[in-house]
Amino acid sequence: MTVITKDYNEKMSSLCVNMHEVLRYLNGNEDNETLEIINSSLDELGSDFSYRVCYSVFPVCVENDRVVFPFKSVKSKDLAKCLKDCKSAVIFASTIGFGIDRMIKKHSLISPLKSVVFQAIGAERIECLCDTFCEDIKKEYGNITPRFSAGYGDLELSFQKDIFKVLQCSKNIGVSLNGNLLMSPTKSVTAIIGVKQ
Amino acid sequence: MNVLDYIKDNITYLDGGTGTMLQEKGLKSGEPTELWNISHKQDIIELHKSYFDAGSNIITTNTFGVNSLKYDDKTLNELIVSAVDNANTALKLSKNKQQKFIAFDLGPTGRLLKPLGDLDFEDAVEIFAENVRIANKLKIDLFVIETMNDSLETKAAVLAVKENSNLPVFVYNAYSENEKLMTGATPEVMVSMLEGLGVDVIGVNCSLGPNKLKNVIKRILNVSSVPIAFKPNAGLPEDINGKTVFNVSPEEFSAVIADTVKCGVGLVGGCCGTTPEYIKCLKEKTKDLKKIKETEKDITVVSSYMSAVTFSDSPILIGERINPTGKKRFKQALIENDIGYILNEGINQQEKGCHILDVNVGIPDIDEQEMLPKTVTALQEVCTVPLQIDTSNPVAMEKAMRIYNGKPMINSVNGKKESMEAIFPLAEKYGGVIVALTLDENGIPEKAEDRFSIAEKILKTAESYGISKKDIVFDTLAMTISTNKNSANETIKSLKMIREKLGCHTSLGVSNISFGLPKRDFVNGAFFAMALENGLSAAIMNPFSAEMMKSYKTYLLLRGKDENCLNYIEFAQNAEEMSVKDTKIKTDSSKDISLQYAIIKGLKADAGRITAERIKSENPLDIVNCDIIPALDNVGRDFENKKVFLPQLLMSAEASKSAFEVIKSEFCANNSTKCTVVIATVKGDIHDIGKNIVKLLLENYGFRVVDLGKDVPPCDILEAVLKEKAPVLGLSALMTTTVPAMEETIKIIHEKAPFCKVVVGGAVLNPEYAEKIGADKYSKDAMETVRFAEQFN
Repeated sequence: MTVITKDYNEKMSSLCVNMHEVLRYLNGNEDNETLEIINSSLDELGSDFSYRVCYSVFPVCVENDRVVFPFKSVKSKDLAKCLKDCKSAVIFASTIGFGIDRMIKKHSLISPLKSVVFQAIGAERIECLCDTFCEDIKKEYGNITPRFSAGYGDLELSFQKDIFKVLQCSKNIGVSLNGNLLMSPTKSVTAIIGVKQ
Repeated sequence: MNVLDYIKDNITYLDGGTGTMLQEKGLKSGEPTELWNISHKQDIIELHKSYFDAGSNIITTNTFGVNSLKYDDKTLNELIVSAVDNANTALKLSKNKQQKFIAFDLGPTGRLLKPLGDLDFEDAVEIFAENVRIANKLKIDLFVIETMNDSLETKAAVLAVKENSNLPVFVYNAYSENEKLMTGATPEVMVSMLEGLGVDVIGVNCSLGPNKLKNVIKRILNVSSVPIAFKPNAGLPEDINGKTVFNVSPEEFSAVIADTVKCGVGLVGGCCGTTPEYIKCLKEKTKDLKKIKETEKDITVVSSYMSAVTFSDSPILIGERINPTGKKRFKQALIENDIGYILNEGINQQEKGCHILDVNVGIPDIDEQEMLPKTVTALQEVCTVPLQIDTSNPVAMEKAMRIYNGKPMINSVNGKKESMEAIFPLAEKYGGVIVALTLDENGIPEKAEDRFSIAEKILKTAESYGISKKDIVFDTLAMTISTNKNSANETIKSLKMIREKLGCHTSLGVSNISFGLPKRDFVNGAFFAMALENGLSAAIMNPFSAEMMKSYKTYLLLRGKDENCLNYIEFAQNAEEMSVKDTKIKTDSSKDISLQYAIIKGLKADAGRITAERIKSENPLDIVNCDIIPALDNVGRDFENKKVFLPQLLMSAEASKSAFEVIKSEFCANNSTKCTVVIATVKGDIHDIGKNIVKLLLENYGFRVVDLGKDVPPCDILEAVLKEKAPVLGLSALMTTTVPAMEETIKIIHEKAPFCKVVVGGAVLNPEYAEKIGADKYSKDAMETVRFAEQFN
């Protein structure tokens, strides 16, 4: 299977940060002080993003509560339900890079407020990247399912290991998996998208 | 023939891709290629042989993914032995007559190193070392460390090779489209670090096609004194009818690489998507070209993990503030392990324009060997400028240099035999630019000529360790003018002699000149200007000193180093705000406001300013009890009643923290009036934003907080609770997978420290779940934790 790597820096820098989403992640309301602090955080971060995605398309076969990929058969009722009308699936990994992680760390000992703000900005950016990528997949493959990640419902988080193996995320987009199955950079997402017939 | 001798005079051909070739032979997606060393021995031999047949001089063993994180000792050994055996068999079978070598391949561990990831630096070194020790006994010619996208992991791999083998080592990094490694290093950073570590070839491989990496190669050519290797992909992979196709043809690929050979690249080959055909074509395209000899670049450069600082015509400012000498508040921070305070000093100096930060944490009451590397790592997490490691303890120096990410400055060596014997071997092994003080066993000579002689002696000794003069910066020692009217003259004279006759760069701890005098800044500023005019390359100085900054900015202006005077104008416009005091006190608003108002509104700078004003005439305790605490409480209640939101709560908390900080720095007093609370994120969990918020609020309310950090094992938490006799322990967990660690911690606390109540919080928890795992209390947010802790006073 071919693993395709895409750089989304250009595309993502043209997409404005959605302030409503940032505020939602922040548990904040839309007042001037809060907006000002979000904006100053964005200024501090500048263009320190590295938006990258790698993905591959696999044939899938759903057998009762199992989903069979060429590299692994995985037991998950929820994933099986999600992919029931699909003959293939896109598995992808995405990241916005280490810039946000560094800012969160920098401020964690100095300004917890700012580290919370960067955390919210990071959450908005990675979701936006995933949405943008899914749009592209939709354009290419037509009818697709919502994205489904390891750890959702009854799909074991350990499925991350298999995803990392087949997509070679570390080599392709610089995302690595730690001993507790967490990703670095922290603002990274892996997911499965079913392609309907 | 030795491989290093061969590459000196010849264009050297490397091999091409492995994965894509093996997929054609049936390698399945996700199947580790290294397993084929045993299961498909013949295919691997064929693959290696096909590259030798195509003209490759150096082929790499199929061991990219072999490491002890993935395989047990026995399998690891078998895979390595058979991989090297396959390569040697191919070498014998190929009838081609070119010089042939076998490189043992070391790829990334797949795990990220601390602090960004969870792999310990020394563990990473050991993972690589295991492979190196096995391979070193086999028939190989060199080691290749490749496709590394993290500078620190690259360093760990190089150290593993250097410490376990005498064979040559080549290092290829994988750069992204922004011409940086994933974790931020630029080509200049990598060259400085890798040359410092003594690698034999520096290269670029994988990630992109030759065109997109051309500029990275150009940047490396500009600064590297060692041979350069280029091994790009055949462009990017595309899926065409279920087949992987790379979009750059052998012709196009070879044409771009041939151009880089003309500019000085000495070793060429391919990575993903390339085949023996690419190597053949590359060889054909470059057959009439001559290998260009590398030239020694006379550049003095230090680097952090993401930026390189070059000593050139423009003077370099080295911030001196991370140093406990004469600073009560800094000493207190060291003793209390208050790393946040130290980091703040770093960030503030960087924002003031320092190019490098000096780091000194030596006080008698702390273990410098532990504290120095810890501080260096922490500073590198938050500051982007390079560091100057400053200690007289060689063990602490080595520990800090070892984990340093980049090429550090080393402060210092001097003309004493003992000093040179301690420091030069470290610089030889780890790399670094050394500050050399012109003193020796007989002290500091009075005359410039004698200081110059010491400098010559130091250079000569350095050379015997293989340290070139570009990596030595001389400090001719500023001594106080108050006891010797000629001291400035001699210092400057020796500075000039060294700069002109030896061609070396120089550095001075400028402010020593005024020791014992009033208004020291006046003297320092003038002396700094004199020194700059006489060839000073770098100054260790206080960037908050207005006089020093004036000398620096005006020097740049008058010496034609400030295009359109822009730099100076900007400086002058802000100059009124500057004060000679250590910390600049900013104002958020010009209004006459109260401290309570400033805290409620979250005006951080105002809160600090007003407090500084008021402690001149008021009792600090009154300010805390009558203003800070009531204001905080006001906001806290509003938060509990959902009248204000999290950002406002935090703004107020930070404003009151800045008020506390003023009180602390004036009185060295602790504002802790309540009990001790131990807090930690449990083992396995690395999320600490929530925990840090709890810490901030608890501290503001007067609790003494012992923060154990994240990923903390239960036994460490128990130890801290017992040691501190803490009545309250706060635990945080964000993931379902780490709740068992929380449960285990609670169990052991209840068993061995029954006096302690455990309060838990975090995204995955709720009151029921908290009760199930035995917690005494579930808190939905930081305020609730404060309220809970208040019951124990």
